[in-house]
Amino acid sequence: MYDYTPGKVDWLAHARPIDGKRSGDPTVGDYARDDVITCRLADRVGPVREQVASSPYPFALVKSDSGVLLGRLRRSKLDCDPELRADEVMEPGPKTFRPHKTAAGIAEQLAERDLRWAIVTTPEGKLLGVAARADLEAAG
Amino acid sequence: MSTPIDLSDLDRLLADGAQLAEALPAEEYAEGHIPGAISLPLKELSRTSASVLHPTRPVVVYCWDSL
Repeated sequence: MYDYTPGKVDWLAHARPIDGKRSGDPTVGDYARDDVITCRLADRVGPVREQVASSPYPFALVKSDSGVLLGRLRRSKLDCDPELRADEVMEPGPKTFRPHKTAAGIAEQLAERDLRWAIVTTPEGKLLGVAARADLEAAG
Repeated sequence: MSTPIDLSDLDRLLADGAQLAEALPAEEYAEGHIPGAISLPLKELSRTSASVLHPTRPVVVYCWDSL
């Protein structure tokens, strides 16, 4: 006999599928796109700034080699010495959301804080993508 | 006594043919459950309800979380 102690919430938080009545309910994970610009801690911000300039997102995300989210580089912060490293400029530990949360619920949270984007990660912090509030509101 | 496992252990056990049972109330099971799991509400657990399990294959049970 085995006990999957982290439970169903752990399964859901890793963006695993479920069966049942709510299996078709839209979640923030359903709308997380993986096309955000990413970089490593030691990357110079100059090239990152150029990529963000032509990206639909006003920021880049800093990840570890294993894909764990470490920080965010806002477009406004990228107007600096291009030789600086990402870890010198980034905002560490940005707010994140788990993929199983409902699209409507996250849209509401974002609206309350006047935010446009939801960064989605697993419980271990592995980046899954970024969801737009506009998409989440349309899904609800 | 049961052996605590994590997600990677679960994946491996399921791949090896383990049975999966959700111990939450039936209503919660109906809302959403891990694919392949059967409903075995803890409060209704009995020799009869557990008889649906194969006697020799490993069994994995789960609830909502670890609390």
